Amino acid sequence: MTPLLSVEGVSKEFLVRGKRIVALDSITLALEQGEFVTVVGPSGCGKSTLLNLIVGLLSPSAGRILLRGRPINGINPEIGYVTQKDNLLPWRTLVQNVEIALEIRGVDPRERRRRAGVLIQQVGLGGFEGHYPHELSGGMRQRANIIRTLIYEPQLILMDEPFGPLDAQTRIVLQDQLLGLWNAARKTIIFITHDLVEAIALADRVVMMTSRPGKVKSVTGVPIPRPRDVYQIHESPAFRSTHETLWRELRPEVSLAESWRGGIRP
Amino acid sequence: MSPRGRLLVYRAAFGVLLLAMWELVSGRLIDPFWISSPSRVFAYLWQVVRDGSIFGHLAVTLYETTTGFLIGAVTGIGCGFLLGRRKILAQVLDPYIVAFNGIPRIALAPLFIIWFGIGPNSKVVLVVIVVFFLTFFSTYSGVKGVDLELKNVLRIMGATERQILVKVTIPATVPWIATGLKVSVPYALVGAIVGEFIAASKGLGYLINYQTSLFSTTGALGGILIVAAIVVISSEAINWAEAYLLRWRPREETRTDREVY
Repeated sequence: MTPLLSVEGVSKEFLVRGKRIVALDSITLALEQGEFVTVVGPSGCGKSTLLNLIVGLLSPSAGRILLRGRPINGINPEIGYVTQKDNLLPWRTLVQNVEIALEIRGVDPRERRRRAGVLIQQVGLGGFEGHYPHELSGGMRQRANIIRTLIYEPQLILMDEPFGPLDAQTRIVLQDQLLGLWNAARKTIIFITHDLVEAIALADRVVMMTSRPGKVKSVTGVPIPRPRDVYQIHESPAFRSTHETLWRELRPEVSLAESWRGGIRP
Repeated sequence: MSPRGRLLVYRAAFGVLLLAMWELVSGRLIDPFWISSPSRVFAYLWQVVRDGSIFGHLAVTLYETTTGFLIGAVTGIGCGFLLGRRKILAQVLDPYIVAFNGIPRIALAPLFIIWFGIGPNSKVVLVVIVVFFLTFFSTYSGVKGVDLELKNVLRIMGATERQILVKVTIPATVPWIATGLKVSVPYALVGAIVGEFIAASKGLGYLINYQTSLFSTTGALGGILIVAAIVVISSEAINWAEAYLLRWRPREETRTDREVY
């Protein structure tokens, strides 16, 4: 069976003030239908660039990206993208934001209201349908950001540190809800995070990237059965051993990235 | 009393205070010949309303202002969108727009009178020019400033460029357009009146100029009061429309209490 997504030897270079910068270096990765994969790595390792390539906002300098065996060329409606910033349209109410993708597709207003309503209830935003984004908290906005992508059921959903700006408690609640939504819809998810605990709690596999130029350092399976309880997950022995393995790999990359930022090149 | 009600009372009180001071000073400290007085001005206004002679002037000025405002706003907003979305065109036209905008409008007024006659048309054109640039620049900066990420969100959802224009670019530009229109209202009226000062046979500008030439400060101030009243009423109308259109925006003073956790 062909994988849902395969990234084959993809590199991406940028020209910054005439200097060539390699953001990604021959990334190879394959995702099966319904998989939940998290990507961790030090800041500036090109994680977001990888997502922008997959979604078709950028095109690779080398290599190719295939969705069900077909090369991705430009934007593909089968791929959804949940950005780090919630990017809700401020002039639309919560429900109008959630249903916008269906509006674009010309879905009947009553039907899209109904489908938006179901998702809004699922993430506990019932009663806030008529609120504008500025009247909602960061966690509520991020939930809306996620369900407005889920509503049109893209096969593959990319998430770029969606819980990054939230406080620790809200993050756990949202992780739990995300797992619930994923379990119900069984879409394939690539989830970027810099939080190792979050990466393990959510994923079937964790992809570790090196600091610039970004390469795949390792891919680690998470042997924790589902359904998972994200509130208690850190107590499981499987969690601890996975965390230890991954942290040992991540640590040199983090210090490398930090020393670069300080201007000391290895 | 509601804060709004209290505000209106304070405003009215300030107006009454100003008029009272004017009335007291006139005839006691300064000869009414120079500054007239509120009672004289209101008597004059009442008289021109009763004999109907003011309405012709009012109608002409309002016609010039609103026609010029509408044409200028529509073309200004339209060109703002066009150039905001066509980068090359904007770059080619940039120096011409800057140069044309740099010309003082009053320098154009006599030319327009030569070209379009002393009737309302020349004033309409002057108002169009004034309003065009104000709305054009604000729309243009609004369109250019639309958050690329918001557009990308819709693009990724599969929106066409047209849908992005309707669902992102236009609503995101509304606050800028509203600002442009708001600023334009008093300038539009000024444009019409300046045109009427230079050459006209009707209109509030003509009336003020005519009364001044007769040394009737009462008539001139009466005309000026009417102009001021028009500006206040139309600005209030625009503010009201803006508040409705931009009800999605956080209002600074209420922002914190309305945030929901």
